Amino acid sequence: MTDQVDTAWEPSEVQRERDEWRRRRTIRSAAIASGSTVLLIGVVGGLVVSSPGWERVQETYFDWDKAVSSFPAVLEGLWLNIRVMALCAVLIVALSLTIAVMRTIRGPVAFPLRLVGTAYVDVFRGLPLLLVIFLLGFGGPALSLSGLPTSALFWGCAALVLSYSAYVAEVFRAGIESVHPSQRLAGRSLGLTYGQTLRHVVLPQAWRRVIPPLMNDLVSLQKDSGLIAVLGVVDAIRAAQIETAIDFNYTPYVVAGVLFCCLTIPMARLTDRYARKKGYHGAGGHL
Amino acid sequence: MNSELLRLHGVRKSFGDHVVLREVDLTIEPGECVVLIGASGSGKSTLLRCVNLLEVVDDGVISFEGRDITDPRVDGDEVRSRMGMVFQAYNLFPHLDVIGNVTLALRLVHGVGAEEARSRGTAMLERVGLAAKAEARPDDLSGGQQQRVAIARALVANPRLMLLDEVTSALDPELVGEVLDLLTELKAEGVTMLLNTHEMGFARDVADEVCFLHDGRIHERGRPEQVIGDPQEDRTRAFLSRIRAS
Ligand SMILES: Nc1ncnc2c1ncn2[C@@H]1O[C@H](COP(=O)(O)OP(=O)(O)OP(=O)(O)O)[C@@H](O)[C@H]1O
Ligand SMILES: [Mg+2]
Repeated sequence: MTDQVDTAWEPSEVQRERDEWRRRRTIRSAAIASGSTVLLIGVVGGLVVSSPGWERVQETYFDWDKAVSSFPAVLEGLWLNIRVMALCAVLIVALSLTIAVMRTIRGPVAFPLRLVGTAYVDVFRGLPLLLVIFLLGFGGPALSLSGLPTSALFWGCAALVLSYSAYVAEVFRAGIESVHPSQRLAGRSLGLTYGQTLRHVVLPQAWRRVIPPLMNDLVSLQKDSGLIAVLGVVDAIRAAQIETAIDFNYTPYVVAGVLFCCLTIPMARLTDRYARKKGYHGAGGHL
Repeated sequence: MNSELLRLHGVRKSFGDHVVLREVDLTIEPGECVVLIGASGSGKSTLLRCVNLLEVVDDGVISFEGRDITDPRVDGDEVRSRMGMVFQAYNLFPHLDVIGNVTLALRLVHGVGAEEARSRGTAMLERVGLAAKAEARPDDLSGGQQQRVAIARALVANPRLMLLDEVTSALDPELVGEVLDLLTELKAEGVTMLLNTHEMGFARDVADEVCFLHDGRIHERGRPEQVIGDPQEDRTRAFLSRIRAS
């Protein structure tokens, strides 16, 4: 039953030849990949630049000086998007997890919980996000409820959290229900209570499975955080709009777009890494 | 007079229209090892799950340590914490490593501190020959190794009753021998066992008593050499001859 380390092993002639072949093939593959990429970019770029009207397109969308001058304002706006996104993400996870758990509890006592959870999801998944933002963003401050801030930013965030939590709750619920019932049985058979089984057996497994779709929603939230611009909050999009209004050059929008992509793309890579580290083996592998 | 550890009386369980257990009567004395045999689908696993209160019986009474545990007022979690169950498909927790699987209930249910839980878990793993795999994930273990982790997980909190569902089905003959040794040791320590198996050799070696389950009832019961060696009922004979033929 003990594994011994085989120190005497030297790769055989056949194995060395195979390794050598694999190494050569890796180098060749890399060369082909980079060659074809450069070629493709060259061809597409050449076509675009040589097309009629390119000059005008370049002037209105890719004006370098305009990009540089609008960059600080747009970047400052983006910082607001990032903060909104980070805060909302935390609140969304907490709220949606609560809703999802409420919807999966069995038994008659929990019926009101299930009812509330279902009604919440039905309503907020049905309402367009923009509508919720208008409703809360303009209506909320007008209520001037004591104890609640009247800033557009606060109510905009509230709208994002309420709307997104309905979606994310469904992702969590799917994750919870995808854990095989035998796992619950095993937990209960050890004497764990319903709550302990949920907390220590079901949720950790569900969590791992929902990370990829969850990250997808997070990326989407990052973009939709820009929608609160309609409330007059100066985020990256609003900042770009202000810059644009000066001379009707649309380069600031491109700057904002590039910055948004710079945020989301690394996050997607990070997600993949995190999921792998947590032992999430998706389809694929080396075959 | 009430010396038995477990007593089933008139236990009935059905899934929809399908009656799996019709009227099961069974008693187990402390320290005894009772083996259930019967065709696939005859309800052996269902019976074990009913005893572990993972299924709610339709009728009948199950008493454990002199108390009716089928009473809905009974705290099922507390009852289950004094039994150990090993599932046919192991049901290990894939998100925890081996030692995490073994110590989870110790920490959460039995209130054992992290350090003591770990040392007790490690000792248990040593006992099933898997101390070297403590940090491995269940998915990276062979079937027989997973089986032994499942046994260790069920045993670590010193249960009064062990319920073992097909513990040998994934094991080669050598490992069957090892599990057999382990169960014999447990028996010597006074652990009571209710298990089911398709392997008559194993049943004969480990059982104090063999029960043949058929059509939702226990058709024949007795010493292994009698039930397996010289069955009295036609049904038992037919079942055993089919097993031997395969
Ligand atoms: N949760 C369930 N829902 C519906 N039917 C079930 C359920 N669990 C078991 N059954 C049915 O009950 C019957 C008995 O199942 P059980 O698993 O107890 O058989 P078994 O004797 O353990 O068989 P095997 O030797 O193949 O493991 C089967 O016909 C099965 O289809
Ligand atoms: Mg079974």
